[in-house]
Amino acid sequence: MATIPTTASGIAAAIASKKITAREVIDSYLAQITAREPDIHAFNLVTADAARAHADAIDADIAAGRPVGPLAGVPIAIKDNLCTHGVETTCSSKILEGWKPPYDATVVSRLRDAGAIMVGKTNLDEFAMGSSTENSAFGPTRNPLDTSRVPGGSSGGSAAAVAAGFAPVSLGSDTGGSIRQPAALCGVVGVKPTYGLVSRYGLCAYASSLDQVGPFATTVADAALITEAIAGHDAMDSTSIPQPAPALVASVSQGVAGMRIGRVTDLPAGAEPEVIARLNEAFAALEAAGATIVDVTLPSLSYALTAYYLIAPAEASSNLARYDGVRYGLRVNAVDTNSMYGATRAAGFGDEVKRRIMLGTYALSAGYYDAYYGKALKVRRLISEDFERAYTQVDVILTPTSPVVAFPFGDKVDDPMAMYLCDIYTIPTNLAGHPAMSVPFGTGAHGMPVGIQVLAPALGEAPMFRVGGALENAAGGLK
Amino acid sequence: MSPSGTPISAADVAKVARLARLDIDEAQVVHFTEQLAKVMGHFSDIDALDLSGVGAMTQPFPLVNVLREDVEQPCLDTDEVLAAAPSSDQRRFRVPPIIGLDD
Repeated sequence: MATIPTTASGIAAAIASKKITAREVIDSYLAQITAREPDIHAFNLVTADAARAHADAIDADIAAGRPVGPLAGVPIAIKDNLCTHGVETTCSSKILEGWKPPYDATVVSRLRDAGAIMVGKTNLDEFAMGSSTENSAFGPTRNPLDTSRVPGGSSGGSAAAVAAGFAPVSLGSDTGGSIRQPAALCGVVGVKPTYGLVSRYGLCAYASSLDQVGPFATTVADAALITEAIAGHDAMDSTSIPQPAPALVASVSQGVAGMRIGRVTDLPAGAEPEVIARLNEAFAALEAAGATIVDVTLPSLSYALTAYYLIAPAEASSNLARYDGVRYGLRVNAVDTNSMYGATRAAGFGDEVKRRIMLGTYALSAGYYDAYYGKALKVRRLISEDFERAYTQVDVILTPTSPVVAFPFGDKVDDPMAMYLCDIYTIPTNLAGHPAMSVPFGTGAHGMPVGIQVLAPALGEAPMFRVGGALENAAGGLK
Repeated sequence: MSPSGTPISAADVAKVARLARLDIDEAQVVHFTEQLAKVMGHFSDIDALDLSGVGAMTQPFPLVNVLREDVEQPCLDTDEVLAAAPSSDQRRFRVPPIIGLDD
């Protein structure tokens, strides 16, 4: 058997040119899953039979000379909060265990149309609420680089799947850092596109004004390729930007000569010294590649955590009202509907989901609305205006993705505030609706990977990928 | 302390749990009150900001009405949707009585 390429673009090219078959590729990845999944637990469900059948169908198309999609035969893992028609979708919650959606998320159908093969549904913090996957009702995912440590979250399963070689690419969702933070902790690339660039239809809603679907990959070019495949207007999402998907892969190799890179002089403190050291090396590498480093200030950034942990729970408390034991998922029977709702939701939701629902309900309740939710929305405006000002001076901004490297299990799980602080550098982008990505850049404490975050203005994916590509080149030189 | 001046109390937590249709017992009320008080204590940082004249931002970009042509389109399969429900009857979702039997 020919060697299986490790990138999505390499796999697609090798299959299209008949150097290897889609079946050989999928069998190779499924073998890796069989070997290591018991130690990692990246998946809630592995769809091995369907994946093999899909691969055989693609091989038959290619043998018969029928046209195939640009991702034909590329294995992909899908976060288990994205609806897959007839395939169990749980959000890692007991309240949805066993639910088979009656439709596909738009991103899922677009990937299938492009020929990508789903290998399984990946584990997450319940309803995407968390930064370690320890909040999954079905047990945590372990970091493939050190199984005593968390993979990050909430898309920890999707990050671990790519880091462990279970798939060359995967999809996650990012509400406050849930793609970028696990990408950083697992040493892979993760992208949160501009709000509205990728359809949210079929993504189980957590906080609708913040949620966005995006890819994980081992290379920046693969991340651009998958972003291209899932982006573009969708009539099923009323917040979808009415524009076609942008061309992004070409940006990755364009270099950064002449670009202006922002360095935040009032970055909130708390990052480990090794993380700050890598950030400084990243600035030096980009300067050496021809970019100019420009100091910017974002004075409201330190208030982003408060704004986020009022706005996201407020939206969640409304979105998660739909899990009431009537139309799908768990029901705990009771004498009347009201008792049934209370008993079902108490039995079906885990503690972190309950905390956020209660926090959001409180922030929206009579007498507290102006003091909490109303104030948070104004802080959101200040943060957005800070970015607008900064982007008149620079093309992109560089920060750490996570203040810390992957931490041991149990480290923060009993202290919600400590866990929330993991998102301090990723949250501001979601509040503004801008794109951002995490690129692996050397290692920090305990030899664990460090991710550098590239932030860009709305629809600034092209400059973001240019800088991501340059960081990847420089990081390759570090190794 | 919270922006409103008083920390969240056990009575507040019990009340929001009721509003959110979450049956939690007294021990859990104590547990959640302690955790939520700590989280909300952090929120007092925004009290230092002058927010007068700042407009609320509910969405990243302004929302516009999205309309489509008023033509019939395929919808979800009723049998498939009902098959996922905990209980159904005569092609409808079945629920316990709206009013309790002992009310």
